[in-house]
Amino acid sequence: MNPQELLYSKTHEWARIEGGEAVVGITAFAQESLGDITYVELPPVGDVLEAEKEFGSVESVKAASDLIAPVSGKVSAVNEALENAPELCNSDPYGQGWLVRVKLTGKAEGLMDAAAYETHCASEH
Amino acid sequence: MSELRTPLTAWHEAHGAKMAPFAGWLMPIQYEGILAEHVHTRQHAGLFDICHMGEFLISGPGADAALARAVSHNLQTLKPGRCRYGFLLNGKGGVLDDGIVYRFGQDDFMMVVNAACAVNDFAVLRERLPEEVTLSDISAATGKVDLQGPESLDVLEAVLGQDFHDLGYFAFRETRWQGEKLLVSRTGYTGELGYELYISSGKTVAFWEALLADDRVKPVGLGARDTLRLEAGLPLYGHDLDGEHTPTEAGMGRMLTSTADYVGREGAARADEMLIPLRIEGRRAARHGDAVALPDGTVVGRVTSGSFAPSLGCVIALAWVPAAHAADPTFTVCAARAQLPAQRVELPFYTQGTARRKW
Repeated sequence: MNPQELLYSKTHEWARIEGGEAVVGITAFAQESLGDITYVELPPVGDVLEAEKEFGSVESVKAASDLIAPVSGKVSAVNEALENAPELCNSDPYGQGWLVRVKLTGKAEGLMDAAAYETHCASEH
Repeated sequence: MSELRTPLTAWHEAHGAKMAPFAGWLMPIQYEGILAEHVHTRQHAGLFDICHMGEFLISGPGADAALARAVSHNLQTLKPGRCRYGFLLNGKGGVLDDGIVYRFGQDDFMMVVNAACAVNDFAVLRERLPEEVTLSDISAATGKVDLQGPESLDVLEAVLGQDFHDLGYFAFRETRWQGEKLLVSRTGYTGELGYELYISSGKTVAFWEALLADDRVKPVGLGARDTLRLEAGLPLYGHDLDGEHTPTEAGMGRMLTSTADYVGREGAARADEMLIPLRIEGRRAARHGDAVALPDGTVVGRVTSGSFAPSLGCVIALAWVPAAHAADPTFTVCAARAQLPAQRVELPFYTQGTARRKW
């Protein structure tokens, strides 16, 4: 169920590399664990993300958790639809529920392919 | 430690519920999702497994007068077939537990208590009641499911084949389902028209499935139970009520109408702090434990319950603040990642509830 073309982090974010840019989101496993998402906090355009560092947060009815950047780069766009419809992260985590687009500063490192990520998720159950 | 299981725990597991420990029990938190279950209960009918709660029978010569001295409930005006919400207090007027007392007859009662408090409640009641009054814990033999929502009456009548329109708010009736004793109580914890239903634990799964067979009913987990009760302004013991605070501080002083000399009566009127309702615009939630500050930044209190309110589209919370600040119009909630401006509002947060509907 996790798209083959994406890269995945241990903290359940994904990155889709598109040339010098990457689109970032949370995984199906993450949204499933969180339950109904009620709030997403994202950085403004122009902020610089550093891989493995917090860049925002996501809240569900029951819990709040940090968003950890899977890649380093400068935010070039944020998904403004999430402000009023954070449930898009639940219903379409790999599509309409994307979080930010960043202009990469360096190579994506330490991320997993879909198969390795699924093994990782299985170990967390 | 392994959690206790209700008669329905296996059913929840078999039907894909997300399970988690609650008050020592393994309980369903959600099935399809908290928001969908919340909305379904407000619009149609939700069915909740509440078998973890405790039920005690109190009977025997002098039970009426003895129970009236043990709990804050006004029993003088409580007629057979009616039930009433109230408190088990400690000597200082702090709340040991909140619960409902049902009167069957002059000296014949049932008390329904919180799961996490049941063991202590039983010990406290046993100590307060004289020997000739029988106190029995029927929790294990009793299944409890709550049917809540504007369509709950229609569902109940369809499943039981009886008219319940005349059963008023906080009234109950004993009847039968498939030959088994069933207690139907017009009470609940959602702010909606609804029923708390008590049946033998052995018949609980069959009864649950009979109710769910109606298309208007969906199973609802403890996640939505919490958002529903908070919107309705109903307190949760252990969060919004505790042994350090009195019923008066929790905003329920006017319920203390019993003239019996019950334990904690004097202290129950104490009001050093007050539990106040707060409304926060936006979606970032205040959570249990967050500090509450005055507009100048001075921390004066803390949040006891807080959540995004699905039926209101904003965040709501309950919080303890000093009585002197209880009527202040604005506060700041110091949430984990932000300072949230909060407005003092009135309960209930959600005013469209159908709980008191009449015909």
